[in-house]
Amino acid sequence: MKSFRTAWKHIRRSPYQAFAAVFIIMQTFFVASLFTFVIFGSAKIITYFESLPQVTAFFKNEATQEKIDDLRSQIESSNKVSSTKFVSKQDALRIYKQKFKDDPLLLEFVTADILPASLEISTTNIKDLSEISNALQNTTIIKEVVFPKDIVTNLTNWTDALRKIGLALILALLLDSVFIMIIIIGIKISQKKDEIEIMRLLGATNWYIRWPFVLEGMLYGMIGAVFGWSLSVGLIFYAGPFLSSFLQGIQIFPISWLLLLEFLGIELMIAAFLGIFSSLLAVLRYLK
Amino acid sequence: MIKLNKVTKKFTLGTLGLFDINLTVEKGEFVFLVGPTGSGKTTLFRLLIRDILPSGGTIIVADYDIVKLPQGKISHLRKKVGVVFQSLKLLTDRTIFENVVLPLEFSGFASDEARIRVEEVLSQLGISEHRNKFPVQLSGGELQRVAIARSLVLSPDILLADEPTGNLDQITSREIVKLLLDINSKGTTVIMATHNFDIVNSMKKRIISLEKGRLIRDESHKEKEGDK
Repeated sequence: MKSFRTAWKHIRRSPYQAFAAVFIIMQTFFVASLFTFVIFGSAKIITYFESLPQVTAFFKNEATQEKIDDLRSQIESSNKVSSTKFVSKQDALRIYKQKFKDDPLLLEFVTADILPASLEISTTNIKDLSEISNALQNTTIIKEVVFPKDIVTNLTNWTDALRKIGLALILALLLDSVFIMIIIIGIKISQKKDEIEIMRLLGATNWYIRWPFVLEGMLYGMIGAVFGWSLSVGLIFYAGPFLSSFLQGIQIFPISWLLLLEFLGIELMIAAFLGIFSSLLAVLRYLK
Repeated sequence: MIKLNKVTKKFTLGTLGLFDINLTVEKGEFVFLVGPTGSGKTTLFRLLIRDILPSGGTIIVADYDIVKLPQGKISHLRKKVGVVFQSLKLLTDRTIFENVVLPLEFSGFASDEARIRVEEVLSQLGISEHRNKFPVQLSGGELQRVAIARSLVLSPDILLADEPTGNLDQITSREIVKLLLDINSKGTTVIMATHNFDIVNSMKKRIISLEKGRLIRDESHKEKEGDK
């Protein structure tokens, strides 16, 4: 407790150094939080696309219901298909109307005749998608086959790239934080050289002198993490309405507070470790 | 209590701090350590609290072998030996109370217990009314008392006072010496380094004289009287 009070006194007595330390940690955790949110959102988007029918075959207008049913039962008999769903022209119009219900201009001239009927197919194994897709394209009643595998693959590639960039950036910022904290704690130790000398002469143990500096580092880390997290959460909530309308149908928002608080807890633990680690390096370097 | 055997201290640049010192100070003694500036008085004190190590010889202080003392035990030794430094070494950004309570905090005293003990010592030294002041607000004599209070707060077995009357007027110097004698009368071994011969000569106490790092005289009061 006494060490905590001393650490807090150190922070209050040199506000600019404290600000510099907290600011760099805040940047690190702001970037870390943002990248985590983006990666979390991307995972949700990928899951959304993966949950969509994997192949959609649009029928030509001349395709009769009998031929469509034949094709459907033919496909279903293959053990590679997990489910199929027929979407008639009327169903397609209903979906279209639901999707654009707020835009009457887009609804005005659309009738069921101009929308194609379609068959949505999901395979048991994603590897069979190409085979099913090719088989459908070779039939005479199919006009077009939409194959969303590319969207998922592209999105996965983007997320992977984003994850790597984020990780590299966070690592660089973590290194910056560690070095800046070592420098700041080192400066503080130098400023208190006389005081430390007196304490030693009076019988203070090495750890009595070191603890306040270690705790000071921990406090910098934790305060910086809270600020970084708050800033990123604020930004996410500010951008929430815009992102929600942009990502129509994909359920990302609202992000649960429990999840955000769990995330804060993890960040606080990492920040405390980071602060302790940096200040330990500093005290072991400057307070031998 | 304190035993030095063939102690020599040479500093890195070859300066001789002390040479071949043999000395014993018994429990409860009051000793004046005299000699001109650079004679080795402060070096001797620094050796006794293990601030520096001797180049040769052995030193025993309060049952601790200074040369063999592990790093982790130095703080134990320093709790047994109170020191009034020549430059006082008070923390200027802390109050008198905060300065005096420091050794108790190092020793893990509970805050209530520590507060009572500090009040006791401040009152003993007559500086209770200055407890919330900062060192810059006190006179030289008062600061000296604060330094003594800090050195006494752990009730050490030995008190080393390095030039405690250095910059003080005659009256204040006498008051400080009287204070040290009081402390000694309660059983604490006191070694006071000084070059104030007026004070030394007026007291009937053992005198150890150093010159250029060598012990040139070790004279007890009885011997002095015998000479006469």
